[in-house]
Amino acid sequence: MDFSTGIGLILLIVGQCLLITVSVLLCLAFLMYADRKIWAAVQMRKGPNVVGVFGLLQSFADFLKYVFKEIVIPAGADKVVFILAPLITFVLSLVAWSVIPFNSGWVLTDLNVGILFIFAVAGLEVYGVIMGGWASNSKYPFLGSLRSAAQMISYEVSIGFILVGILISTGSLNLTKIVMAQDGSYGLFSWYWLPHFPMVILFFISALAETNRPPFDLPEAEAELVAGFQVEYSSTPFLLFMIGELMTVVLMCTLTAILFFGGWLSPVPFLPDGVFWLVLKVLFFFFLFAMVKAIVPRFRYDQLMRLGWKVFLPLSLGWVVVVATLAQFDFPGYARWAIEGV
Amino acid sequence: MPAGRLKGCEMRKFDWSRAINYFLLKDFLGAFKLALKYFFRRKVTINYPHEKGPISPRFRGEHALRCYPNGEERCIACKLCEAICPAQAITIDAGPRLADGSRRTTRYDIDMTKCIYCGFCQEACPVDAIVEGPNFEYATETREELFYNKEKLMENGRKWESQLSENIKLDGNFR
Repeated sequence: MDFSTGIGLILLIVGQCLLITVSVLLCLAFLMYADRKIWAAVQMRKGPNVVGVFGLLQSFADFLKYVFKEIVIPAGADKVVFILAPLITFVLSLVAWSVIPFNSGWVLTDLNVGILFIFAVAGLEVYGVIMGGWASNSKYPFLGSLRSAAQMISYEVSIGFILVGILISTGSLNLTKIVMAQDGSYGLFSWYWLPHFPMVILFFISALAETNRPPFDLPEAEAELVAGFQVEYSSTPFLLFMIGELMTVVLMCTLTAILFFGGWLSPVPFLPDGVFWLVLKVLFFFFLFAMVKAIVPRFRYDQLMRLGWKVFLPLSLGWVVVVATLAQFDFPGYARWAIEGV
Repeated sequence: MPAGRLKGCEMRKFDWSRAINYFLLKDFLGAFKLALKYFFRRKVTINYPHEKGPISPRFRGEHALRCYPNGEERCIACKLCEAICPAQAITIDAGPRLADGSRRTTRYDIDMTKCIYCGFCQEACPVDAIVEGPNFEYATETREELFYNKEKLMENGRKWESQLSENIKLDGNFR
């Protein structure tokens, strides 16, 4: 069959979409289990260990439980928006995966503005939360969603500036090219984490805030807002919210690996590059995400805002100037497009 | 203080070491180290349905009516337990037994939904007949199943007798 035109091409694209969706969701099931296990281990608990060997199938049991529950829609809720909100969160966090390069050439859409696409999709994700909170027609969800809006917008600004630094160094918005620009003869040390070191930490913390993970889980804030924008959600819509959120977390881990840690590139020159390096890096950052959840107490709202606007924004903005200056004067490692012709 | 300045507006002494610790994420790294230490510690979770935590001999769980080793029931229908029960969960009717005319209970009900597990009944009992045993796993599907009658309590007594007498023996030193 001809896979370059007509029906064949459509079949190919649909197949690739399915492959990515299924593999991402399958990974997610085990990552969720890993998340709970790590959290439990830090607290000296065993964590889920009943369903399947070592409890490995726990997420699937949870999935079935969520799906078989009744969907409760509050009487005062805006039904259409109420159902639409979790769908938006879920679909948008899935869509972002379409431009992620898993290996050289292993990318669904080799978009030349890939990083901008992800940034735009991440920006839209706040709508799922706002709509969910608003459509519930209840105080706590509404407060939670308002907080979430402010939080996600604040940290997107600094993430944007951090990305600008990377873009100046690479000279391209294409994610594959960003990875290829980090392919140097020093292995591990030619990746962007070294020249952009302070921004790695800033990006990681901003990613925590952007994905509403602890210590920035103010939209959920169990202690004050019950469960924030998710209060009125049950069953499958809640499941979609949860999967969407976790998928964004994994996406942010992948982005950290791609932008700063060389994606699928091998850390040492004598080992072959490959998709397993990306997986290993993503797992490492996910471990960090889970550890942060286990050890860091939640920020207060004013602390969150101060960190976002008074610390991260000036730092990342200043770094853009620093990178631009260094790139202008061809400081090694900062203007790769000029030297290596990527 | 120079004229024209408000009190409290002068530049306070800046704590540089705190600022440096803040930007080096020193607190976070310390916490991370501690968390990793605990990460590899032995887990303290008990695999509940398969293994259970230790229980004191004084544990006040599900009630039981005990018998003497020869099979004669201990309860003499003195109704002290009924009298002392602060939740009024116990109901007793007494009468002569048909076989030998001795005073026995014709009805001994405990409403387990009323019971507050204070243990006063077993304290009041002069013959160690009503006791609270070590069993705490007797959840039921309906409320009615928790209205225990004499039959159920006697059956509990037969079922848990070995542990009940052991517990009374262990606790005897302290009475």
